[in-house]
Amino acid sequence: MLTSGIIVLSGGLLDPNPGLIFWTTVTFLIVLFILKKFTWGPMLSALEEREKGIQSSIDRARTAKEEAEEVLKKNRDLLAKADADAEKIIREGKEYGDKLKAEITEKAHSEASRMIASAKEEIEQEKRRALTELRTEVADLAVKGAEKIIMANLDADKQKKIVDSMIQELSQNRN
Amino acid sequence: MKRFNALWTGELVKVAALVIPLLFGCGISAYAASAGEHGEEGHGGPGEVIMHHILDSNVMAFEPFAEFELPKIVVGGFDISITRHVVFMWIAAVILLLVFGYVGNKYKSIGNSRAPGGIANAMEALVEFIRLDVAKSNIGEGYEKHMPYLLTVFVFILLLNLLGLIPYGAAATGNISVTLTLAVFTFLITQVSAIKANGIKGYLAHLTAGTHWALWIIMIPIEIIGLFAKPFALTVRLFANMTAGHIIILSLIFISFILQSYIVAVFVSVPFAIFIYLIKIFVSFLQAFIFTMLSALFIGLASSHENHEAEAAH
Repeated sequence: MLTSGIIVLSGGLLDPNPGLIFWTTVTFLIVLFILKKFTWGPMLSALEEREKGIQSSIDRARTAKEEAEEVLKKNRDLLAKADADAEKIIREGKEYGDKLKAEITEKAHSEASRMIASAKEEIEQEKRRALTELRTEVADLAVKGAEKIIMANLDADKQKKIVDSMIQELSQNRN
Repeated sequence: MKRFNALWTGELVKVAALVIPLLFGCGISAYAASAGEHGEEGHGGPGEVIMHHILDSNVMAFEPFAEFELPKIVVGGFDISITRHVVFMWIAAVILLLVFGYVGNKYKSIGNSRAPGGIANAMEALVEFIRLDVAKSNIGEGYEKHMPYLLTVFVFILLLNLLGLIPYGAAATGNISVTLTLAVFTFLITQVSAIKANGIKGYLAHLTAGTHWALWIIMIPIEIIGLFAKPFALTVRLFANMTAGHIIILSLIFISFILQSYIVAVFVSVPFAIFIYLIKIFVSFLQAFIFTMLSALFIGLASSHENHEAEAAH
């Protein structure tokens, strides 16, 4: 009943039909040109434009982001630099303070020792002077005492005898 | 079991008997009516009915309501009659012009700043798909000037395919004349862009495939056959796909008429026919896509420069 052969044998299936080819060409070309003019043109240009717009927005966003990152980086650098500066200043201040302290201490020490030394010197001088004075005083006193002793012991006969003996001795020795 | 009985009472079968001829157009119901009375003599065998459904004709049949004879036109010995497939091509053209005219207007009116909505948005997805995945990836540089052809051929074939799936419809793409014409368009565009890209000299040199001159006697015929094999493949692929689906659906329906059994109709013919019908919806899109894709591919192959190919070969 189902004669599949008919499908092949009937021939119509694979026969090109010139009329249909003609109408297909005409219809397709008309559709192509009308659609090209009224639809594809505006649509494609709109798509392209939008694509460009999106691309430029993305680009702009990227540049903005990069700029922001740069600014952030710069800020961070500045902050770090400021931190370092502050630290440096503090350190320098501390060092300076330490140095100053050491210097002052040193100076005070040397001053003190100098003062002590000069005081000692003065004391020494004073002492020496006092000793000298004391010596002269003592010498005067001794001379005065001796004078007094001598005065008290002086006796003309005794002295005459002493001088006579001395002259005698001298004359003996000249011989 | 009750359900099964209900089927036996024939309610659903009656519905199916009403729906099927609507879905698959002419022929079958007439065949069904005549088959019971005088067998094959009235309308010929099922094969003939199927062929009648698939082939072009001069009659627009809306059985059982009406039938229109289409005018016969002969100009200069050429028969350019308006046939059923021509009518459906025109219907497709009108639908395309209406839909895309509307979409184009939408684009003109909203400008570039706002996104389109509704049908314009839907069509934009399609256009964007063809633009990026078909044209740009296959043709590459200079794809813009081929976009109108690719888009038109895609929507045209798609709509012709789909028109074959509506009641009383016929797929003009199931006719080899139509697919041949479209393939010839692709062929011409391919050759023209090849000549434009490489020059006449480069085009002719391409026919020798860059071999030694002693091999030309073999290479040139092979290259020329290859040139024509591409549009031939396009032609036959689309035509055979669209025709085969219709034949399968009609054959499935005919099984029940041949066996004269409601059980076969309900459990075999109708479910399988619906299954094939759904596949055909998919195939309609697929074949339109493949035709467009291959057109883009051929154009891209033809217009790629010689030195590119030489670089690729090394």
